[in-house]
Amino acid sequence: MQTIYTDFLVVGAGLAGERAAVQAADAGFSVICLSLVPARRSHSSAAQGGMQASLGNSVMGEGDCPDVHFEDTVKGSDWGCDQEVARLFADTAPIEMRRLAHWGVPWNRVVPGKSIYYKGGKQFEKIEAQEKEGLIMARSFGGTAKWRTCYTSDGTGHAVMCTMDNRCAQMGVEVHDKTEAVALIQDGETCFGVVARCLRTGELRVYLSKATMIAAGGFGRIYPNTTNAVICDGGAHTMCVNTGVVPMGNMEAVQFHPTGIVPTDILVTEGCRGDGGTLLDVNEKRFMHEYEPEKAELASRDVVSRWMTHHMREGHGVKSPYGEHLWLDIRHLGEEHITGKLREVYEICTSFLGVDPIHQLIPVRPTQHYSMGGIRTNKDGAAYGLKGLFAAGEAACWDMHGFNRLGGNSLAETVVAGGIVGRKIAEYLEGCETEFKTSLINDEVKKQQARIDVLVSCANGSENVYKVRRVMQDALHKGANIFRNQEGLETCVAELQEALVRAGKVGLRSDGKGVNPELAVALKLEGQVKMALMVAYGALQRTESRGSHNREDYTARNDRDWLNRTLAYWKNEGDTLPTLEYEAATEVVEIPPGDRGYGKSEIISADTPKDAGKKGK
Amino acid sequence: MSRLLKFNIFRYNPEDAQSEPHMQEFVLEETDAMTLFIALNRIREEQDPSLQFDFCCRAGICGSCGMVINGRPGLACHTKTKDLPGEITLLPLPVFKLVGDLSVDTGSWFREMYTKTESWIHTEKEFDPEALEERMDNKDAVSIYELERCVECGCCIAACGTARMRDDFLGAAALNRVARFLIDPRDQRSEKDYYEIIGNDMGIFGCMGLLACEDVCPKHLPLQNQLGFLRRKMGITSLKRLFGK
Ligand SMILES: Cc1cc2nc3c(=O)[nH]c(=O)nc-3n(C[C@H](O)[C@H](O)[C@H](O)COP(=O)(O)OP(=O)(O)OC[C@H]3O[C@@H](n4cnc5c(N)ncnc54)[C@H](O)[C@@H]3O)c2cc1C
Ligand code: SF4
Ligand code: SF4
Ligand code: FES
Repeated sequence: MQTIYTDFLVVGAGLAGERAAVQAADAGFSVICLSLVPARRSHSSAAQGGMQASLGNSVMGEGDCPDVHFEDTVKGSDWGCDQEVARLFADTAPIEMRRLAHWGVPWNRVVPGKSIYYKGGKQFEKIEAQEKEGLIMARSFGGTAKWRTCYTSDGTGHAVMCTMDNRCAQMGVEVHDKTEAVALIQDGETCFGVVARCLRTGELRVYLSKATMIAAGGFGRIYPNTTNAVICDGGAHTMCVNTGVVPMGNMEAVQFHPTGIVPTDILVTEGCRGDGGTLLDVNEKRFMHEYEPEKAELASRDVVSRWMTHHMREGHGVKSPYGEHLWLDIRHLGEEHITGKLREVYEICTSFLGVDPIHQLIPVRPTQHYSMGGIRTNKDGAAYGLKGLFAAGEAACWDMHGFNRLGGNSLAETVVAGGIVGRKIAEYLEGCETEFKTSLINDEVKKQQARIDVLVSCANGSENVYKVRRVMQDALHKGANIFRNQEGLETCVAELQEALVRAGKVGLRSDGKGVNPELAVALKLEGQVKMALMVAYGALQRTESRGSHNREDYTARNDRDWLNRTLAYWKNEGDTLPTLEYEAATEVVEIPPGDRGYGKSEIISADTPKDAGKKGK
Repeated sequence: MSRLLKFNIFRYNPEDAQSEPHMQEFVLEETDAMTLFIALNRIREEQDPSLQFDFCCRAGICGSCGMVINGRPGLACHTKTKDLPGEITLLPLPVFKLVGDLSVDTGSWFREMYTKTESWIHTEKEFDPEALEERMDNKDAVSIYELERCVECGCCIAACGTARMRDDFLGAAALNRVARFLIDPRDQRSEKDYYEIIGNDMGIFGCMGLLACEDVCPKHLPLQNQLGFLRRKMGITSLKRLFGK
């Protein structure tokens, strides 16, 4: 058994993982990042739109400052976020953008003088100031008061990922790609590293560390339709779920993106709407301005997704062999803009759909996009439940997003949180002495080897792993989607419980030798179903609507009973449901709960007496 | 009616002592808007769950899924079956180490490339968190981004005659990387420094200029221009060195 020791182990080499790695390496610690794929292929590289930071260089961002960004973020979260964390984020974001510029990111820069932009399908003119020439430019993005999204053409995630990985190479941060962490090594109190499976040979390997961070991104692939990459499967989350002591925060808070293309669910960026793209229905008529007179297509994503679904339910959807959809129209932006600033979008449409967006409409529908929930940490990124375990990025519930994150805020979160948590980890490592117990390590390795043996020999049964996975995905799709209600969620939970039993009986059809891909899927399936149950059961219990969590039977946001965060544990291996606990959404309150200014505004405020309660049907 | 597609796929599992390199045939019914991503996953889920291949973004942006498709290196997720004949032959990319079947190890190759080219900004300046960012002309930013679009898929390396013959040849992706830093005003390396890296047969002078690389690049990077640009720059630098300047 190969055993590798490092001060700091990061599970994930996306932006959050590598940013933290750089910070710790800078402080002189040895760092290894594990990743399923070469670092630059991490899903961060797929983010096209940009990163929010209130630099206020563009004339359209004039007067912007961290306070306004903070306010947008809290409102966006529907008051579900931790306000102390959101404040930390908004204050730090501008510095991180400048740091990235220093490291090599080719941010688009301010070009002084007149230029044209579009909003809601109409053309406007703006004049950028001479004295801002060459500073970092920003664009508009859903749900924000100002133009605040820093970008590099439409490959922001890719460009920042390249720079960050270059920085890692420079600092000597090792990246072990094609390596999959499968279990934490821990004794119920402290985390000592992970057992991983090498995806070049299929062998198990041990990584020991004083501090371990999960930065494994989102888990959209537990849904059947998602914009997420195929590796965003929550495998690393399942390691935490399986400890029984580390809670997942707000798993029911799942974001759907308004514009996934049909049929492949590839995302076309919010930048399309930011730059003036419009949504059309079956009659090729705009409709968003009827529901949201002020923001129209630019309202936050949960609002837009919800109205799109509503509009299709009212019979205005376009029928297709892949189900109903609506249209995204960017034709009026013109060839130069579409093949320039929106080139990735142009390429996606022509290569994957055979649609030319300069002349044709793009078929879109809302699809799973972002996991607000994840490994619950405190403001320093330390996970609840285990010493030496940290989390950051989309994998974490640090919680600046609450029940809805704003476009451009998560890519920014990866670098901001990566920096802050990396610094905290360096402090933690400073005074840290760890003793590694051989028996604990050996036991965990044996346990994982035994799981593999059972799957290969079909000792527990021969359920088909892909079929059971499908059952899980379909259950979530039907019951825990944009609109939710008691009946649908109850069915969903029951179906998932059945899937959990079947997941325990999976056996491989292939021989499991070497880097067997069927084995990789099978190893995480049970854990994924447990996570799916956390989503569905958490949603069932939460009898209110907040951000992306929309209950048709409890339509009001209920600040009296639900201004809190769900903490979901899987306490015992034999359990059939997660254990839910709750904590206050935020200790620090800078902005008390109020109206978001968009979306519906039915609110049960904290001082509404109990029996005046339910507005639901 | 929809076609029956015949796939000939390279199979070999180096971790299995019994496995021998061979081609295996699979038949699949074509569906609307089918890409090789959809097809290969269906083959794996329905016919042979041991089949190895790499996908990540499935949207042509991460560079994971390079393979040789009917003789030509390309991104599998980016390839629609309707643009291919009824018989489709898939091989792993050459040059890179084989992991199994269609999966190769591009990660190690590219990490080595970062070290060889020192793929990062070289500067003496310290970052000052209190200060405004240094200004940059937007045109410069756009030109850098143009070259930064490389997704490290390895197609240009697999298609390059020189890279296939000599494993110390840097290849178009690496030369393009050098060009990216050369035009970046933040990088303080001199032309001489770059000459140390690429002014030899492993670098720009090993390139035969036949441009198979540009032909296959799925991101349509202007490799021809970049190789020409470097050849001129390095040619001049080499003359200067000759005359002791
Ligand atoms: C299509 C798309 C577009 C987006 N656009 C934007 C945008 O414009 N602006 C914005 O703010 N946000 C955007 N987002 C969201 C944002 O990109 C992500 O939230 C963010 O990039 C996540 O970064 P991360 O570092 O947390 O994780 P990732 O970049 O996903 O990295 C996860 C890492 O973990 C590794 N990993 C996972 N599991 C394991 C395991 N078991 N063992 C070892 N390694 C593992 C992976 O290999 C990878 O290296 C977008 C998301 C999508 C899906
Ligand atoms: S230059 Fe083009 S072909 Fe070569 S690795 Fe980059 S994207 Fe791929
Ligand atoms: S032009 Fe040069 S780099 Fe490109 S394929 Fe030919 S030899 Fe290789
Ligand atoms: S899977 Fe990302 S480019 Fe093909």
